[in-house]
Amino acid sequence: MQERLQEKLNILADSAKYDVSCSSSGSDRKNTGKGLGNASASGICHTYTEDGRCVSLLKILLTNHCIFDCAYCVSRKSNDIKRAAFTVQEVVDLTIGFYRRNYIEGLFLSSGIFKDADTTMERLVRVAKKLRTEHRFNGYIHLKTIPGASDELMREAGLYADRLSVNIELPTERGLKLLAPDKTFTSMEKPMGFISNTITALDDTRKLMLSTPKFAPAGQSTQVIVGATDESDHEIIQTADRFYRGFQLKRVYYSGYVPVLADNRLPSLSTQVPLLRENRLYQADWLMRFYGFGAHEILDSGQPYLDLDIDPKFGWALRNLHLFPLDINKSDYEMILRVPGIGVRSAQKIIAARRFKSLGWENLRKLGISLNRARYFIVCKDRALETKQYTPETLRHLVLSAGNSKFSDLWGTQTSLFG
Amino acid sequence: MIWLLYDGSFEGMLTVVFETYEYKWKELHIRKEGITVPLLFTETKTVVTDEEKAKRVWKKLLDLIGSKGVQTVWAAWLSEKESIEDTILGVIRYAIDSKQNVLSDFAHPDVLQLQQTAKSVGREKHRMEAFVRFQLTKDGIYFSVINPDFNVLPLILPHFRDRYADQLWFIFDSRRSYGIYYDLEKAVFVDFIPNSLLSANGVSKEAFGEDEDLFQELWSDYFKSTNIQGRKNTKLHIQHVPKRYWKYLVEKKS
Ligand code: SF4
Repeated sequence: MQERLQEKLNILADSAKYDVSCSSSGSDRKNTGKGLGNASASGICHTYTEDGRCVSLLKILLTNHCIFDCAYCVSRKSNDIKRAAFTVQEVVDLTIGFYRRNYIEGLFLSSGIFKDADTTMERLVRVAKKLRTEHRFNGYIHLKTIPGASDELMREAGLYADRLSVNIELPTERGLKLLAPDKTFTSMEKPMGFISNTITALDDTRKLMLSTPKFAPAGQSTQVIVGATDESDHEIIQTADRFYRGFQLKRVYYSGYVPVLADNRLPSLSTQVPLLRENRLYQADWLMRFYGFGAHEILDSGQPYLDLDIDPKFGWALRNLHLFPLDINKSDYEMILRVPGIGVRSAQKIIAARRFKSLGWENLRKLGISLNRARYFIVCKDRALETKQYTPETLRHLVLSAGNSKFSDLWGTQTSLFG
Repeated sequence: MIWLLYDGSFEGMLTVVFETYEYKWKELHIRKEGITVPLLFTETKTVVTDEEKAKRVWKKLLDLIGSKGVQTVWAAWLSEKESIEDTILGVIRYAIDSKQNVLSDFAHPDVLQLQQTAKSVGREKHRMEAFVRFQLTKDGIYFSVINPDFNVLPLILPHFRDRYADQLWFIFDSRRSYGIYYDLEKAVFVDFIPNSLLSANGVSKEAFGEDEDLFQELWSDYFKSTNIQGRKNTKLHIQHVPKRYWKYLVEKKS
């Protein structure tokens, strides 16, 4: 019995790990009346995988049996692998047992499609319902919704879950046709539309009546696989932008394709995971969500791929040198945010500190602002550090050769992205 | 130069701050009793903690730097750094002189020092909230031993009290020999381990509750299966989970 449970966990955690979304933030479910747990608004990483990803949720499949045959997926019907399925009670016990020991923030439950969409979805909903009602569990629950499940089940799912997601996996219809012939864009956009409409409708009602149930308070997210098909970064970013605006998505996750299957429609098994490209996409996404950049400022059809050597913010600045240098003591917050090398926290510190005195280089250094890059783009009360007029090419070269190896830049930035 | 000593309590430190104004001491250092101070030509004075004086300083501070500000001061003080009291006094003097909330003036050396210290303490707090691992004992207590760099138990109490409201739990700081015990009603500080099954080294296997072994094994297995070989990056891993924290983590033990 115990061994069987261990085996199931191994199989069903292993198949779930390629879904990268791990966020447990965005919900602030309170623990009322001495139940178990709460959802922390900023999320907690309880440990990190050996590749440095945050582990905050128990991320498993209910089952890896599937009637579909998506080429990129280890659980696909035609793949010859060990299959397993948890019972509802097993998932509940695991979640509670892990949660009480402070291993996790909650559960991320997904599933292969067994029998049909509704049967599968119903089982997922039952897990969430049991946790919330029988165990008075207030931790985080993220359910992956099954394309094609009924509105009724979607509604119930949203009442128990903090976040719902529909993974679109491939950023264009063309990619889907090739690799996931059982799925269509509409079958996935429909539930997204439903979730987003319900969230908005309930928000409107809540303005009138405070006791309206919370529907997926942490919103919805999706994932796209990068590098399995030939979509350009421009197409990917545009799809993401459309989802952010059209369905009020909280997050789009980009997952560098990990070759796990031999299939002539897919990159070969020896292909490297496109980590750098994935990272640049996250940076671009970050710029859209937190730095006020529009998708068109990052890429356009004339320049469909992100520069792998430099981050997209630096790239934008090089294309817009006429806007610089900025006076750090006078410029708006929005513009300071756009200076390469200055992040949200640094920008806030500058705004706060300059209220007391006009800032010079020494002050900026003391605030912990790295001037390696920023020096080319700002002036302050002291004499300018850079007086030459640089062309974009020389500037790019200067910054790249300033000892900032591509690798340290990659991980340095990724850490602050997810830190 | 005078060295002012206090009993190591937060109220004690606030009392010292009060008396520096009362007796108009200008050149001074503040230290906890028991810390060695230079002997030669040194004048020392022990200040007796006075609740009234402490309260007055606290109120004044609230006025000047707000509740977020006093939280920062408290967090920095919990760092137990040897000269943190001098830094705090520097900030308080600056606040009183300039009559405004100076905590965002990062260009002032004491403010910067205070903020940076509070930030390190905050980081340790978050790490403890993440890395505490409870072990269920036979008598139904979820027990955890920690050994944090700073004195963060008071800071993590609200988090654990709100989250684990329906289970008995006990977090023990083995470096400072005290802990928090939650009895389903309230969370209190205790300076002993009220149970013979537990010790400052953790829980003995014989004291494990039902399924404790199983859950630890399941969790270790789960951790192993979350890895994606093609993405392995040990440097980043250690940056997130520095080795000194591994001793807390079930999944890093095996
Ligand atoms: S439907 Fe989901 S689980 Fe099934 S093969 Fe496609 S991606 Fe995999």
